[in-house]
Amino acid sequence: MPKGTGWRISLIFIFVLLSFLYLTPTLVTSLPSWWGGLLPKDKIHLGLDLQGGTHLILEVDTQKAVEGSLDIVATDLEDTLNSKNLRFKRISRNGSDKISLLFYEKETSDTVQKLLKDKYPGYELNPSLDEGGFVALSLKISDAAAQDRKDKAVAQALETIRNRIDQFGVSEPTIQREGIDHIVVQLPGIKDPQRAIDLIGKTARLEFKMVREDIPPSTVSLPDDAELLKEKTVDPATGAVSELPFVLQKKSLITGDLLTDAQVRIDSQFNQPYVAIEFNSLGAKLFDQVTAANVGKRFAIVLDNNVYSAPVIRERISGGSAQISGNFTEKTAADLAIVLRAGALPAPVKIIQNVTVGPSLGQDSINKGLYAGLIGVVLVVLFMGVYYKLCGMVANLGMVLNVVYLMGALAAMGATLTLPGIAAIVLLIGMSVDSNVLIFERIREELKLGKAPKAALDAGYDKAFMTIMDSHITTLITAAVLFQFGTGPVKGFAVSLSLGVIINLFTSLIGTRVIFDTVLHRVNVKKMSI
Amino acid sequence: MELLGKTNIDFIGKRNIAFVISSIISIIAIIGIIQIARGAANMGIDFSGGTVMQLKFSKPLAIDVARAALHKSGITKADLQEIKDGNKLLVKIDNKDSAALGKPAVAVQAAFRKELADNAFTVESSTEIGPSIGEKLRKDTLVAVFISLLGIILYIAWRFDFKFGIGAIVATLHDCLAMIAVFYVMNLEINLLFITAVLTIAGYSLTDTVVVFDRIRENLHKNLKSSLPNIFNASINEVLSRTIVTSLTVFLAAASLFFFGGEVIHDFAFALLIGVLVGTYSSVFVASPIVVLLENRALQKQGNRA
Repeated sequence: MPKGTGWRISLIFIFVLLSFLYLTPTLVTSLPSWWGGLLPKDKIHLGLDLQGGTHLILEVDTQKAVEGSLDIVATDLEDTLNSKNLRFKRISRNGSDKISLLFYEKETSDTVQKLLKDKYPGYELNPSLDEGGFVALSLKISDAAAQDRKDKAVAQALETIRNRIDQFGVSEPTIQREGIDHIVVQLPGIKDPQRAIDLIGKTARLEFKMVREDIPPSTVSLPDDAELLKEKTVDPATGAVSELPFVLQKKSLITGDLLTDAQVRIDSQFNQPYVAIEFNSLGAKLFDQVTAANVGKRFAIVLDNNVYSAPVIRERISGGSAQISGNFTEKTAADLAIVLRAGALPAPVKIIQNVTVGPSLGQDSINKGLYAGLIGVVLVVLFMGVYYKLCGMVANLGMVLNVVYLMGALAAMGATLTLPGIAAIVLLIGMSVDSNVLIFERIREELKLGKAPKAALDAGYDKAFMTIMDSHITTLITAAVLFQFGTGPVKGFAVSLSLGVIINLFTSLIGTRVIFDTVLHRVNVKKMSI
Repeated sequence: MELLGKTNIDFIGKRNIAFVISSIISIIAIIGIIQIARGAANMGIDFSGGTVMQLKFSKPLAIDVARAALHKSGITKADLQEIKDGNKLLVKIDNKDSAALGKPAVAVQAAFRKELADNAFTVESSTEIGPSIGEKLRKDTLVAVFISLLGIILYIAWRFDFKFGIGAIVATLHDCLAMIAVFYVMNLEINLLFITAVLTIAGYSLTDTVVVFDRIRENLHKNLKSSLPNIFNASINEVLSRTIVTSLTVFLAAASLFFFGGEVIHDFAFALLIGVLVGTYSSVFVASPIVVLLENRALQKQGNRA
């Protein structure tokens, strides 16, 4: 036996065993109960293009998150100054990064300046200036603080979306942050993608606002503290949308972050679904106060600037529960309950990429990919068998080893198989015999020169070695780059290709070689079947 | 079995014909690249942004009927394409200007539901890509192409001496250009999968070139007296069956993908087929003649000096 044949053969068999070990979770639908401990449980995942599903990229409008926090600071300031009896004309957000304050007197402005310095260290305070008889002051959020707010907004949005998806019920979802303000959401095998998208994309900012019944909705210019919002109703029979305008107090009395629970209930009288909400202790207290102070007036329940309903407060409501009724179907009510439970997004999100593949197309792709692979294998096997006879069959064996190892490696890494990934495997079937072709052609030449089979084999392997290395390394370079830059399906292609190239080096230089060596050593071969 | 016995073809002598053919291909490709850069070529929505839907109808549907149905609902810019098997229709809508997604997809479904009420359909796949993603992807792809070509060039530069290096790089670029030219002329979609195919071929086409070059170098060392074109021709002829057989096995695999792999990777497999063919051609007719050209020039210079 040539030196080193023993360990090479063992290596080949160990790899085959390992491959099948790792492939077991993929091939067997339910693992036996004793399968556990150190035995692998990872399997080859199917990409969304193969199993069907939705791949979304969301962009968080982080600027809105900064504006939102400035709004909160402005409201907070109003309350603080009111409680301290400091008189001001106006406090409002100005643009995307400032709050402007307007005072009647210089002294108040000075007092407030001191107060602001202590209370908002992350903000830059601009000195007061005279503005048409008033004293103006502006508070600018520092770049670092704004950046921090943006960063937190994306992290928070991710958590909220994860909550919503968990409650919606999708098996094995992937929710990841990508780059600065992008969130990638993958929902494999989802049946009703549009509903999921609506659920994920909804900001779900719930507010309770007083209706300004003193101002008719037809008024052209509204006062600063009022706004015009609409209640949209869709007629279920005709699909026509009707809009009912309301003038509301801009400042919200209670917001959705004070909720502890939201559930769908069915109104026994009208058989109409509604959403029952529970406030936390602070929310319950506020709700109690607001309803007590405004009996007989109307307040509006507003979600993402749409009025859901505007009931009249009949009596003081204590106990901290309320209901949102509107034109709900059971599904829309259930979805509303989910988004209220999961909480509002800190900023609106925009869907900038949506790839949805139906399950039938995915299955079709798998079938066709496997079919094409099978035909590729048959064609290559036939060709090699006819062209190189017995040696060709050895190369074919190497190719089969290649595919087995590759599948095992994919399983071991828990890699995702995409349709281009299948294409890469099929391509590798062709490429993997390539190395053997290089070697065989060389062996034929050496044989023609009159060398003995053993010598011709050694020369063939030696001389083809560098050529094989060259072709593999150049392919590996592109595969690595594709892996680094590719997304989704292309990444799958790169993974299969680069693994395949590495494995192919092993099978062609060690795998098939050992077969030749063993045979030539045991049998006195006079003429090679090549 | 052998496909080719001993051949004696004058490849180097035919280099002028090859240069003319390759130049034409390259010029078409460069026009194509300019058009791609201007956004005037058939760009996939992964680069341009937009909406693509694949619909499966229950009954056969003429493409004109489908177009008329969309027109009636005010969707005029849609690009329709039939898929041979199973009453499938591909609808592509560019939405370079609109930032919000979801609308074209919903509108197309509504239009078909209304106008073709007797022909029910299911959405097999739908892809919507916003313009900002397309832009990012374009940039990333350019970087990827640049880095992989650079990597290959560096590797060749290290493995071969200068003139062979140039020949291999030109041949590799030639293959990429030829793929682009074919796709541009046939108005096939330039998308991420196509770029993937081009990069794969860029890596692969070197195999054939390397096979030829290795032999030429070997013979150059052995045979110092014969003329350069003779050594080159002899070397190419010696490895011709190798060149063809290695390409043939990959070609067989790619062909089975092309014919049986389904519509999703049909164009991808087609690009691979073209690439394998062109890669084989270029290693014989582009790479080696360029090295001869460079060697001759170097010899002439030496002669002038002496």
